[in-house]
Amino acid sequence: MSTAVLERPPTGRPVGEREPLLAVHNIEVVYDHVVLVLKGVSLEVAEGSIVALLGANGAGKTTTLKAISNLLRTERGEVTRGSIVFRGEDVHALDPPALVRRGVVQVMEGRHVFEHLTVEENLLTGAYTRKDGREAIRRDLEMVYDYFPRLRERRRSLAGYTSGGEQQMCAIGRALMARPKVMLLDEPSMGLAPQLVEEIFEIVGRLNRQEGVTILLAEQNTNVALRYAHYGYILENGRVVLDGTAEALRNNEDVKEFYLGLAGSGRKSFRDIKSYKRRKRWL
Amino acid sequence: METLEHILLQPFRSIAETPMFFLEVLIGGLMSGVMYALVALGFVLIFKASGVFNFAQGAMVLFAALFFVGFLELGWPVWLAVAGSVVVMVALAFAIERVVLRPLVNQPPIILFMATIGITFFLDGFGQTIWGSDVRRLDVGIPTTPLIVGDLYINQFDLFAAVICGLLVTVLALFFQFTPTGRALRAVADDHQAAMSVGIPLNVIWTIVWSVAGLVGLVAGVMWGSKLGVQFNLSLIALKALPVLILGGFTSVPGAIVGGLLVGAGEKVAEVFWGPLVGGAVEDWFAYVLALLFLLVRPQGLFGERIIERV
Repeated sequence: MSTAVLERPPTGRPVGEREPLLAVHNIEVVYDHVVLVLKGVSLEVAEGSIVALLGANGAGKTTTLKAISNLLRTERGEVTRGSIVFRGEDVHALDPPALVRRGVVQVMEGRHVFEHLTVEENLLTGAYTRKDGREAIRRDLEMVYDYFPRLRERRRSLAGYTSGGEQQMCAIGRALMARPKVMLLDEPSMGLAPQLVEEIFEIVGRLNRQEGVTILLAEQNTNVALRYAHYGYILENGRVVLDGTAEALRNNEDVKEFYLGLAGSGRKSFRDIKSYKRRKRWL
Repeated sequence: METLEHILLQPFRSIAETPMFFLEVLIGGLMSGVMYALVALGFVLIFKASGVFNFAQGAMVLFAALFFVGFLELGWPVWLAVAGSVVVMVALAFAIERVVLRPLVNQPPIILFMATIGITFFLDGFGQTIWGSDVRRLDVGIPTTPLIVGDLYINQFDLFAAVICGLLVTVLALFFQFTPTGRALRAVADDHQAAMSVGIPLNVIWTIVWSVAGLVGLVAGVMWGSKLGVQFNLSLIALKALPVLILGGFTSVPGAIVGGLLVGAGEKVAEVFWGPLVGGAVEDWFAYVLALLFLLVRPQGLFGERIIERV
């Protein structure tokens, strides 16, 4: 909607004195009072950027996003240490509706569309917290349809009967209807054909550029994520082991080898992997 | 051979011989089915929105009826008694959400089910502590004289109940289908977490759902109370709602209605035409046997949640 051209820093780091839009400081997350999942994760998301959270299964990407959106509590998870600051306000004790009203909206892993609602009804539920009237909501609905023309075609079908790609689009569109400042996008590529993944990332990139939606993205597909993101954090075992601009990460030897599947020079021996693991511990 | 003929042929023969009488029985059954549907409706609403099987629905019917009749006996006009009971049921919904549901969030369904059993006993006891346990007559001025249409005798009271139930269901359906709150209720019924992720506050939704179930309970309580008198037994009609739910499906509003009609019509017809063969009292167990058969054949009920599977 906004036509103003954003002067955006190329990285997720704040430029000069500028506060990041969202900052996570050294959080620990415990499930069921015993299982320590995040062991001190810190990250910053600058306004207007796309920041990628990368890592393997179980590294803590989803948990980090859920800690920010505070959907953790429904899974008996709890932030036991650290703070989460959004626009200068400590938000870690707010409930999800309060966060959505402030503009922090999560698109959950595995789509989670409302299966027995139509696509359009799904989108409209996204506007539940808004108070700016029917007209504004109508306009945004059209905006979502313009970004996702497939959804316009399927607007009257039950979301449960649409394809995986359409469901992912529906979930993103639903989050957009809440007018997010920052969208927490969890694993949008999950279970989708490469072409669809590309299509969805393309649209996410446009949303970021044209609508100024800041995006924090959790993704296993490192390759595609680093092509669209400005900055990246790599998580392993509940810790950030590496961070840098997307450019720097793409060219990092370790990332190339372990996340992009590009072997540097010939076969490597086990000893090299061990040394990488040893190094990693200190990162 | 003769027994078989008595069971399989004789009743149909008498139906064919006295079609008008059969029609009367059928209509009477459908009308009382409407009353079952009213109670089942309350169950469905709560089960859909929160996955809680609310054992206390019957107690809520009694509770609402006790307050309504109590207010009338205080000399309040009908509209004020209605308004007062509505306030009581909404307050009850708030209290249940705050005291029972919120602390138990994320507990397994069986825990919540047990909690509703607790609520049942509390409501039964508390209602009678306030208003006493005598059987009270409730007369809201619905005529009970039969209506004669052609050769048919139709109970005016039952007809009235059917109209009320129809109105209630229509209003509920419109509310669920076309208002943002109704949409949010359906969203919560589909996926709690996703609903939270778009900022739908679950505790507000639960309060709304329990309030609506309380209002449905109030309507059911007033109708049943005028028919049977307001007494402890009202709490037990919830047990009649169980087979209705099994027939119709726990998650379907139309299911509750069709299930209610089936049970109501089925048990009346069975009683009148098959009852004499076994010495009567078919009405008391017919619904449960029907439900048992249904569990074997179609456990999700007639209209149970369509489990969407993409291919």
